[in-house]
Amino acid sequence: MPAAYLTLGPVQLALAAVLLLVNLGLSAWLRLGLARSLLVAATRMVVQLLLVGLVLQFVFALNRPLPVLGIALVMAALAGVAAVNRTRRRFPGVMWDSLLTVVTAAFLVTGASLLGILRVRPWFEAQYAIPLLGMVLGNTLNGISLALDRFMEGVADGREAIESRLALGASRWEAAHGLVRESLRTGMIPTINAMMVMGVVSLPGMMTGQILAGAAPTDAVRYQIVIMFMIASATALGALGVTLLAFRALFDARDRLRSERLRRVGGGAGRR
Amino acid sequence: MATSATDPPPRPAGEPLLAAAGLRRTVEDRVLYDDLTFTVASGERVAVRGPSGSGKTLLLRSLAGLEPLETGRVVLLGIEQSAWSMPAYRRRLMLLPQRPSLPEGPVDRALAAPFAFRAHAGRRYDPSAARAYLERVGRTTAFLEKETGRLSGGEQQLTALLRVLLLEPQILLLDEPTASLDADAAEAVEALVAAWLERADDRAYLWTSHDAAQIERVSSRSVEVGAR
Repeated sequence: MPAAYLTLGPVQLALAAVLLLVNLGLSAWLRLGLARSLLVAATRMVVQLLLVGLVLQFVFALNRPLPVLGIALVMAALAGVAAVNRTRRRFPGVMWDSLLTVVTAAFLVTGASLLGILRVRPWFEAQYAIPLLGMVLGNTLNGISLALDRFMEGVADGREAIESRLALGASRWEAAHGLVRESLRTGMIPTINAMMVMGVVSLPGMMTGQILAGAAPTDAVRYQIVIMFMIASATALGALGVTLLAFRALFDARDRLRSERLRRVGGGAGRR
Repeated sequence: MATSATDPPPRPAGEPLLAAAGLRRTVEDRVLYDDLTFTVASGERVAVRGPSGSGKTLLLRSLAGLEPLETGRVVLLGIEQSAWSMPAYRRRLMLLPQRPSLPEGPVDRALAAPFAFRAHAGRRYDPSAARAYLERVGRTTAFLEKETGRLSGGEQQLTALLRVLLLEPQILLLDEPTASLDADAAEAVEALVAAWLERADDRAYLWTSHDAAQIERVSSRSVEVGAR
């Protein structure tokens, strides 16, 4: 059966790279200092994607549950680590908290969707499992790192306010409740904003991809709706989970704030 | 019934309100105080004395349960700190930190806010009690409507103190309550604490200050910290 889309060869990739070369030239000419980072980022992107393409092709060809599960776990682990790397502070065990949250939130939601909503048979059909999990992970990672960062910054900046409440007889939950809410809100903002303008201001990437691959726009839109609900629920679950785990780590059972467990990391802010 | 104490049995007569025994504190291998032992009885006005950096603040924070105890024990109303539920403990023993923090909004909302905590269930913010305290320091009711963000340093401290007093703790830990205040504001703080102490006979406080004259005025005895 002929592909419903144009396949791209090396020539097309090279031509697309020319688009970037124009910018590199401009940057060098105007001394904008962008050339180097642009070049590094572009090279990384190309190498990473080509490799991932090979790995996925291999896993797809195997069509067995274990490799699919394996690659899913690797993706989730990378997401868990990346979520912490984007925050400005650490506490002992924060990596485990992030990993646990990412894996639980993403696997629960993706699993339920594959089995219960899309009813993919068999469930490990890589064509569905991998891209859906990838979409969910990418967004959950974002939500987790925003919520976690907000919570840790809130503890560091608001130490006096929190301890004032504790000293006045607040339980640890009463003392942290406002901050927990604030952190959840922060973690959910990108998802809520994205849903607000979806289709009006932005055409989502997955839907665009399906349309490019020959799907009818009305079908692609339905997939997009399902994935957005998956993303929203996984992000909410992830943001809530990681905030509660951070709460447990930074407030002990004797209703004390343990802000000494927080450690600032140099220059980690906003690293992507 | 929960295992942690929320309503202790009546104390036998003569039992101290607060007893601390064998407390030690080290910060980065430096021993600030060691084997610190003292008791505080009803009606006592106790100064906590010691040079800067001797651990007075850490001692008060440990007594309030905001810092873990390194060694020793703290007994409030005859019950070990570790056996109390901490919110119930802190309802009876309250710390006024050196730099208290007030929420945004009018003063009287800041005063009422802690009454929403479960530890204060069954009690309500009483604006007339707030007015009575304010009258003693020559303030009018208009003070209650001021925005906390617009208060001077002295007024903020006054508000924070008032907030603690209205919750009617039995023991008050005052950490440099008048540092950075002018003489008038400091006098107001002293007057309010004295008024709170008079209102019941099972109350006591611990007070830290750098001002020797103030220590003289507000305390009847002292606990030495870091005198090694």
